[in-house]
Amino acid sequence: MPDYEPVLLRNVGVEGSTTLPVYRKRGGYRALAKALKMSPQEVTEEVKAAELRGRGGAGFPAGVKWGFLPRDRTVTYLCVNADESEPPTFSNRVLMEHDPHQLIEGTIIAAWATQARVAYIYMRVEFHEPFHILQRAIDEAYAAGLLGKNILGSGYDLQMYIHRGAGAYICGEETGLIESIEGKRGWPRIKPPFPAIEGLFRRPTVVNNVETLCNVVHILERGAQWFTSIGPAGSYGPKLFCVCGPVNRPGCYEGPMTITVRDLIHGDAWGRGMIDDRGVKAVLPGGISMGILTGDELNMKMDFADPLKYGLLGLGTAAAVVVNEDTDIRVVLRNITRFFAHESCGQCTQCREGTSWSYKIARRIAAGRGRPEDLDILAETAGNLGMMPGLSICGLSDGAAFPIRTLVQKFRGELEGYIRANCGVRMAQPVSE
Amino acid sequence: MAWPTIDRNTPVIDKDAPPVLGDAVKTKIRSFFERYETKKAALLPALHIVQESLGCISWQAMEEVAALLEIPPSEVFDVVTFYTHYWTKPRGRKAVVVCQSITCEVMGANELLEAIQRQLGIGVGQTTPDGAYSLATEECLALCDHAPCVLINEKKHSRVRTQDVPALLADPNNDKLDVARSELYDP
Repeated sequence: MPDYEPVLLRNVGVEGSTTLPVYRKRGGYRALAKALKMSPQEVTEEVKAAELRGRGGAGFPAGVKWGFLPRDRTVTYLCVNADESEPPTFSNRVLMEHDPHQLIEGTIIAAWATQARVAYIYMRVEFHEPFHILQRAIDEAYAAGLLGKNILGSGYDLQMYIHRGAGAYICGEETGLIESIEGKRGWPRIKPPFPAIEGLFRRPTVVNNVETLCNVVHILERGAQWFTSIGPAGSYGPKLFCVCGPVNRPGCYEGPMTITVRDLIHGDAWGRGMIDDRGVKAVLPGGISMGILTGDELNMKMDFADPLKYGLLGLGTAAAVVVNEDTDIRVVLRNITRFFAHESCGQCTQCREGTSWSYKIARRIAAGRGRPEDLDILAETAGNLGMMPGLSICGLSDGAAFPIRTLVQKFRGELEGYIRANCGVRMAQPVSE
Repeated sequence: MAWPTIDRNTPVIDKDAPPVLGDAVKTKIRSFFERYETKKAALLPALHIVQESLGCISWQAMEEVAALLEIPPSEVFDVVTFYTHYWTKPRGRKAVVVCQSITCEVMGANELLEAIQRQLGIGVGQTTPDGAYSLATEECLALCDHAPCVLINEKKHSRVRTQDVPALLADPNNDKLDVARSELYDP
């Protein structure tokens, strides 16, 4: 994207970008001053007009989410979802490591719009450096009167706390996150009631992703019209894309949602091609839970609509892991099923049992002991998981089902060949053996 | 879970253990109460502080945290065993955590893990006899642009090759952060 000027990542690489003076010098906290002069309804309307869709994976419109809060509420909470655990996503980490004040500003604006007086940033515990950087930035913001009592003389008070998680993927689900802040195991709640009605401490609560809130800053500063001028209809605004695996330049890059998976891997502004020019066997373009593409499907556009045409669950976190032609597809299957078997919270039977049995089958296939019926069992198991067949409380098992379902469907020939040949993959797996 | 996992979750229940939480730790935990509507919500931060102070969360520590937060010890036990970050048994001074995610695996995390096991002479979930290192694996650490990656305590190490392992583990400063630390959670 040679003509694209980064917005969300504009401060990355700037010296001292994590400090308040540098952030202010580069135009920071102007949007906040503007927002505090508007009414909360006006801020919400602006975000609604921008059609900002949540960047956490589900793509739910952020302004609409804020609009669900009951009018007669007394206490409201805002939770920031910084539990980024979806392999291979790291865009939130980049935002917090390099530009923590952008997140703080976006959070204050969203808190003003929802009239929350306390904002919790739920950050996964493995984010050590981002935690220290963000906590220092919050301390700076308190000292500068941007947090605490009477923010910028507006009479509005807001407390902001980082709540560190403890290593559970499920706490990225919004009600699991809420349970975790309340000091319980991160078991998602049955919905309804949705968090907007009854969330944290049974109060109306909004949960937004880090990247979503960073977008809010720029919507307020430049207006909804500017936002909808970027990208295709239904997928407006700047977006962060991650690309990793055996590509020449793995990283987190920003662009409009007009790019294709091929751009992401081969583009000069993006991944710059495969290491040693190896061929692409497969790509998991939206985080692992959205499903898998073959090397022939690289024309897929990275927007909210196109992934559905390729049998995927959605855009997800727009983080692509590339698998080259030297990698055995069984390794991918085994890794993905292990992830979900480990991270299923164990609350719903179909998910708990389905994910762990899928892993056992995948391990068997990888060890060269696959049976001819295994692929059908995997496909059937994957078809019986999740909210879509209506069998679970949260979307984790849909995320577990889609990669299995698409992988078995799209790589069936290769898997059948391995099963027929009965040869194993070398595995270093001392953990669970 | 239906297969054997790292046994860091079964605490030894010692009814005669003396109190383990010092006043500084208790004061630190109490300082989190004002952040939440309920005392129970301070449980995750409290456990982080205890683990930071004692190296692990023993049964006695769980009972004391429960008393401090005015909740039953069973609720503390419930949380400790749910989250993979908490250890109920002592671990080494440095915890080496190898990422196992899909990106790290296709970039060579299995070979890396084997090299670290060889170098330390221990398996996953174990601690070296001198108490210097414990070894663990973790699902995605969100460092995929640095794959394969390793955390040593709080410090991340990027694109670690198997030939780098001896030097990495011999370096006494391999857990020192480049950024200034916040002491918010420190006991």
